[in-house]
Amino acid sequence: MSTTAGADLRIIDVTKRFGDFVAVDDLTLTIPAGSFFALLGPSGCGKTTTLRMVAGLEEPTAGSILIGDEDVTWAKPYKRPVNTVFQSYALFPHLDVYENVAFGLRRRGIKDVKKVVEDMLALTELTGLAKRKPTQLSGGQQQRVALARALINQPQVLLLDEPLGALDLKLRRQMQLELKRIQTEVGLTFVHVTHDQEEAMTMADTIAVMNAGRVEQLGAPADLYENPRTTFVANFLGQSNFFDGSITERGADGYATVDVKGNHVRLPMGRVHTEGSSVHVGVRPEKLRVQFRDGAEVREHENRLEVVVTDSSFIGVSTQYLVDTPWAQELTVFAQNTHRDERLAPGAPAIITWAPDHSFALDAAQDVEAGVEIDEDAATPDPVGVGS
Amino acid sequence: MSGGAVAATAAEQQDIRSPHNDGGATEAKGVGTSKWTPYVLLTPGMLWLAIFFVVPTIVLLATSLYTGSLDTGYSFEFPGNWSTYSAVITYLPQFARSFVFAGLATVFCLALAYPLAYFIAFRSGRWKATLLVLVIAPFFTSFLIRTLAWKTILADDGFVVTVMNTLHITDLMSHMCLGSLCLTESDRVLNTPLAVILGLTYNFLPFMVLPLYASLDRMDPRLVEAAQDLYSSPWTALRKVTWPLSLPGVVAGTLLTFIPAAGDYINAELLGTTKVSMIGNVIQDQFFVVTDYPTASALSFVLMLAILVLVFLYVRRAGTEELV
Repeated sequence: MSTTAGADLRIIDVTKRFGDFVAVDDLTLTIPAGSFFALLGPSGCGKTTTLRMVAGLEEPTAGSILIGDEDVTWAKPYKRPVNTVFQSYALFPHLDVYENVAFGLRRRGIKDVKKVVEDMLALTELTGLAKRKPTQLSGGQQQRVALARALINQPQVLLLDEPLGALDLKLRRQMQLELKRIQTEVGLTFVHVTHDQEEAMTMADTIAVMNAGRVEQLGAPADLYENPRTTFVANFLGQSNFFDGSITERGADGYATVDVKGNHVRLPMGRVHTEGSSVHVGVRPEKLRVQFRDGAEVREHENRLEVVVTDSSFIGVSTQYLVDTPWAQELTVFAQNTHRDERLAPGAPAIITWAPDHSFALDAAQDVEAGVEIDEDAATPDPVGVGS
Repeated sequence: MSGGAVAATAAEQQDIRSPHNDGGATEAKGVGTSKWTPYVLLTPGMLWLAIFFVVPTIVLLATSLYTGSLDTGYSFEFPGNWSTYSAVITYLPQFARSFVFAGLATVFCLALAYPLAYFIAFRSGRWKATLLVLVIAPFFTSFLIRTLAWKTILADDGFVVTVMNTLHITDLMSHMCLGSLCLTESDRVLNTPLAVILGLTYNFLPFMVLPLYASLDRMDPRLVEAAQDLYSSPWTALRKVTWPLSLPGVVAGTLLTFIPAAGDYINAELLGTTKVSMIGNVIQDQFFVVTDYPTASALSFVLMLAILVLVFLYVRRAGTEELV
């Protein structure tokens, strides 16, 4: 398999309406060649619709889509240098693995497919299954056939629509790494649609978090996680604690001070994502350090808050504490089980501390609950119908 | 006949299930896990087939070998009166006509039904149920009356034939001949082969639409999207994905159309003349007019065998066992 680099995919001012419903709202994205790009969001956020417009299976209401320098907005799906790995695979049940994989090549009139197909089967570890029908394969094998069938055409952009959604957790982990390996090996542009934040963070170089047809934030996985710009991103990727406060000082030293019910919380100006003074101050549960109040060691410049422990649950790798602030707000703290303090039982007076660099401030007008508790795993479609 | 067998089996199945469910023991044992269950389920259908198919077939075969007439009485003399089978040679043209008419009607049915079934399965949206009911709606009127209606539709001074004459279609078709038999006469359709074929096509169309619909409806429409994503034009996707996946429906539909059409005599009787009569008409005449039961039985038996052989060859060629 030669390592042909893919092409930049540019989505410019694209809007898609279904009747009154705006599925994709004036979306502009540039996906650089050779990158592994994830569109992450809850169901109905427009990520799959975006993918289908790139594939040519939906037509945008407005805007244009370019692959390289070629405008493909109105091109038929079979005339685009794009291939898709479909959700629940859509393998051809009447063809065996070999013919499924060879399908695209044959349609393009390529006669000598044997070598290419065999190489692709080897790459996706399907050698020996060539004569099987899709119904005779396990979920993971079907997934690899779907991938091989798309990859073999060396598309400039490979689209993956929730490709791992139908697999169980363990297999999903394994396939995540395998997909990443294959992407590195073939060097194509991958656009991966998922609602699974962990999957997106594991595989993608760049993630666009989508909500209600728009991109909430775009960036590298670590940037999105460490420095979210909206409550939606803060909640959808991992968990966050939020305090309401108001900015009292935008300091010359590069730090802002926020008054949270009489407590001073400091954070870098680069992590204040609003012009207003009313803010939600956010901090991730694992960034908080909880100590018994007597004899607690607090480093200089650290933010601190006196709390009372209300609950502690041992989860194995960590312990999850629930603590109450003096104004009766519940916070979550994850602590590594390196040195558990038995005194941190419910009712114990405690203090939580965290580094200023670990907080972020968002516009207080945003909904603190946005993006919380969107767990779609239960709604993930199973691969039924693939072989029927 | 087989419809009755299915109904009986379904009823039996209900009987088997209910005591299990009432007993509440279904969780552990499950319904139908007893090794006798398949046989119990098969029994009513098998009995039905034995009484109303196997026995009559044997009687038919026996009758075809009888000597005598209705006046003198029939009797069987070893090794049987095989001369009745010479009628097959006599009526070879009618046999041939039956298969040609039925074959053409099947082709027309397929051509009409495939787009219709495709539309109902993939494009009809909330009209799906209504359209399906409309497909079956003609069954609410008698077969005979519906066929008689075609006499009016294809009448010499009717709208259809007038238009066809004006456009010279009738004239054109009167030059499409197989031997001495031409599709139409120069200015009329009624009492010509075309009329019979149209009648057959019309009458058996639902039997083609329904199995086609069933197999297309089962198909995942995303497979067509996948095909298009993999460089198939809509036409190629139809040829390489939709059509092969609908083959079970095509086979079922063509059999359900061809078999009854080949044995039909109503359409040839009402829309044709003796010049275009099919083997069904001959058998009917032999039974009820000439009352030569042995000859009629021999013809029936040969017709059945011929259809069986054709179906066997066809199914083998279609390779349905390859299709999931």
